[in-house]
Amino acid sequence: MKKLVVAAALAAAFGSAHAQQAVKIGMPLTLSGQFADAANQMLNGARTYMKMHGDTVAGRKIELITKDVGGPAPDVAKRLSQELVVRDNVDILAGYVLTPNAMAGGDVSAEAKKFMVVMNAATSVVITKSPYMIRTSVTLPQVMETFGTWAATKGAIKQSYTMVTDYGPGHDSENAFQTAFKAAGGTIVGSVRFPVANPDFSAFVQRAKDLGPESIFIFIPGGAQPAALGKAFAERGIDKKKTRVLGSGETTAEAALKSMGDTALDIITAWHYDYMSSNPLNQKFVKEYQAVSNGRNPDFFSIGGYDGMHAIYETLKKTNGKTDAEAMIAAAKGLKWESPRGPMMIDPDTRDVVQNVYIRRVQKVNNELVNVVFDTIPMVKDPAGERRKKK
Amino acid sequence: MASASSIASTHFHAKVRWHPLEIVFWLCTLLPFVLTPSYLSLASQIAITALFALSLDLILGYAGIVSLGHAAFFGVGAYTAGLLAKHYWSEPLSGLVIAAVAAGVVGYALSHIVVRFRHLALIMLTMGFGLLLHEAANSASALTGGADGLQGFRVPAVLSFKFDMFGRSAYAYSLAVLFLCFLAARRIIHSPFGLALRGIRENALRMPAIGAPSRAHLRKAYTIAAVMAGIAGALLTHTTSTVSLETLSFGRSADVLVILILGGAGRLYGGIIGAVIYMVARDQFSGINPQYWYFWIGLLLVMVVMFLPNGILGGISALYKKSK
Amino acid sequence: MLSSAVGVLFDGFAYGMLLFLLSVGLSVTLGMMNFVNLAHCSFAMVGGYATFHLMTRLGWPFLATLPMAFLAGALISIVLERTLYRHLYRASDLDQCLLTIGIVFISVAAYAWFYTTEQQSIRVPDWLQGAQHVGGMTFANYRMFLVVVGLAITALLILFLEKTRFGARIRAAVDNQRMARGLGIDVDRAFMFTFALGGGLAGLGGALSIQVVGLDPTFALAYLVYVLIVVAVGGLGSIGGSFAAAVVLGISDMAGKYYFPWLGAFLIYLVMVALLMWRPAGLFGKR
Repeated sequence: MKKLVVAAALAAAFGSAHAQQAVKIGMPLTLSGQFADAANQMLNGARTYMKMHGDTVAGRKIELITKDVGGPAPDVAKRLSQELVVRDNVDILAGYVLTPNAMAGGDVSAEAKKFMVVMNAATSVVITKSPYMIRTSVTLPQVMETFGTWAATKGAIKQSYTMVTDYGPGHDSENAFQTAFKAAGGTIVGSVRFPVANPDFSAFVQRAKDLGPESIFIFIPGGAQPAALGKAFAERGIDKKKTRVLGSGETTAEAALKSMGDTALDIITAWHYDYMSSNPLNQKFVKEYQAVSNGRNPDFFSIGGYDGMHAIYETLKKTNGKTDAEAMIAAAKGLKWESPRGPMMIDPDTRDVVQNVYIRRVQKVNNELVNVVFDTIPMVKDPAGERRKKK
Repeated sequence: MASASSIASTHFHAKVRWHPLEIVFWLCTLLPFVLTPSYLSLASQIAITALFALSLDLILGYAGIVSLGHAAFFGVGAYTAGLLAKHYWSEPLSGLVIAAVAAGVVGYALSHIVVRFRHLALIMLTMGFGLLLHEAANSASALTGGADGLQGFRVPAVLSFKFDMFGRSAYAYSLAVLFLCFLAARRIIHSPFGLALRGIRENALRMPAIGAPSRAHLRKAYTIAAVMAGIAGALLTHTTSTVSLETLSFGRSADVLVILILGGAGRLYGGIIGAVIYMVARDQFSGINPQYWYFWIGLLLVMVVMFLPNGILGGISALYKKSK
Repeated sequence: MLSSAVGVLFDGFAYGMLLFLLSVGLSVTLGMMNFVNLAHCSFAMVGGYATFHLMTRLGWPFLATLPMAFLAGALISIVLERTLYRHLYRASDLDQCLLTIGIVFISVAAYAWFYTTEQQSIRVPDWLQGAQHVGGMTFANYRMFLVVVGLAITALLILFLEKTRFGARIRAAVDNQRMARGLGIDVDRAFMFTFALGGGLAGLGGALSIQVVGLDPTFALAYLVYVLIVVAVGGLGSIGGSFAAAVVLGISDMAGKYYFPWLGAFLIYLVMVALLMWRPAGLFGKR
């Protein structure tokens, strides 16, 4: 009896794959709470792509159905993903800002056999949850290990003191950076973890200053924290020529730079996207994005959404509009394209994102603070994924 | 004397008899299987939240202990169930029992501190313990998975009914456990112990004078509530095969408090009604307006308070009394 | 060693001033009227966004926006008090909780609608940025400003309550409502005024905190926990209590992060639990 119901549901979902029927994309997002801005930026990125490339692919209309998960709540994310499949009959699951939600969504993608596009969640192991999943954002080891290796080699930095936020992504970044830095010959002189809801960094920065390390590596999530940290640096008088400050891209995101002002100068970051990039495709993207988002600039959440839609469109073109998960994942593997962030690929083995990692320094260009790229490590694969392959 | 005790026993029996509306209500909980089969996952989570709210009602509505940290026990139950499953013990029913015991132990321990305080200090202490436990779970990420949640486990089925994306087994399981716990709660409320609790709530100073040991009773109630909350948490783990820090969060403690007040505390069904209304409203508002649904929920809360004092059940009972 | 201790004390004290400004209004209204106003941080958010709007959209200088932030907070409290809160003074604590949480949800949604969920920041004047370095210690300019403002407001509040007639009426209404009414004091007016004062101070606190913690619509919920901690630890209805609690919490938070960073977020909750178990009515509580 159960098999009949499942078969009927699946048949209803894509049995009638007439060219006229819309392709429904279900997106569980964190539209309320702490991560609301990330979700809104991602959604705007997806909508910008649809505006620039039309909302029809392979003769079928594209329809987005968004749901609010509210925050890191895998039980809710799982239920919403299930409801999108069972109630709304979506063909594709997409979005997923946070790792626990993406993991839960992966379970549903595997059980219901639905193509899934992770547009943000950055923990490496997420990709293993479903054989029908691809990722178009970034993985933390991809950036942080690369950064660690770069710092100890080309960056000519011998010591580092790491300061990260005390939660999953913080631990992952700390681990990734430290391992790679040490492997490339560097020494970690100490480390500290900030509590997650930490409004005031001055005590931590003072501790770092007292140690006087050659460099400080930071990982903190976006939002209010990067600016607060930058101010703490300025107040304590950390001379960035003597103590190099290394951070993830979120540390020098738009809001952070605006708030830190000149105290941000000379911070070195490693990241996969900056909205000020002079890449002509990016400049076009930014203009279109501003129109869709009522004047806001895109950030890495936006580009994850944008490229996620691109992957969906290109895959649909390859499968001629068929949304059968097996066909879609086969078409998505190895997909290569030029994104506003630079060249990108979906790894044919791991289905994860492969992209350039840019090393940037904050400088003043035309009286504006810009993350200026001065080194690029091309087409980096997720090292944690590569290690999983070897096992 | 004999007549007094017989009056007492008939009084008790009269209360314990089932009101026809109650029977209708419980029969209606079976409707989702037939009427709305694509909403069974939501129904399952409503049943779990209802159980959690019921457990809070035992201490808040009946014993007068306002707790802003009740999610601590929910989370302990959830993580216990998850950790058991991760270490190859994925049979849910026994897992439920073990999780209940774990939550009960934590509840018993905390009850010794909690019952010594009242008013704002009590509220803040319960909140503080909840926050501390949440932080501890975040720090112990090697054990709990931290912010990413506990990974690498699955609870495939209960009594060979598979947990799948349609949620049928999930709802059946949650509903059955909810009903059993509800029966237990009902028994407790109508027992001498339950009456003593209500007496303590009304006037804590007088109760020892008539022979009811206040603090011991409160500790017992707090522990029972912890056990029930732990069961609810374990149910969530079993039916979704996920556990995250959110189960221990202040947000969850605050939500369940709002739900209980909305439904009406101290009326046994308040938590269940509140859970149904709040979660269905949230689901519907969020479907219509995913970005700003909480505006409408806020409005709903304000309207309920302005027009239905003492929660929905309180308002209904007031209307009923007026119409008599 | 000593210089870092002084630094930690100073930073903690400044952080405490911010917490004090955000919390003192709630302590007074909760203690005086027994009204559980969980929407208190929404008033702070109103003040914060008032400053943001005036500075970024209308180009006002920072200091000029501060009185406006106070007024914004005060106005919104009066409006809410007259329309909704007044009807619930006799209601149960739980009902008051529900109402005010509903208002918080509405306020968060409203501000997300008008200003988006984007993290906002402001550019304070140059003399408030940077720091003074004295003998190996660092004193951030903005923190010194917070300390000055915090102490000034405390002094003004105490002067007002102790030395003016209106202040005396308010103190009477707090101590014994019935007696105060019996003496012909317009208790309702005193309530409304106190509510406005508390809301205004919250608004000012919200505006001042943008530079330290940023601003977005979730502010109304994010700082509620800290404010409740200060109010509970300080004792309801006591300005001195809020001051002491805010300072203790601010300093222990800073000291914890500097000397015991692995304790992280635990410390502030441990301190709260310890202080409440020792003094359940708060440091200077009345009951």
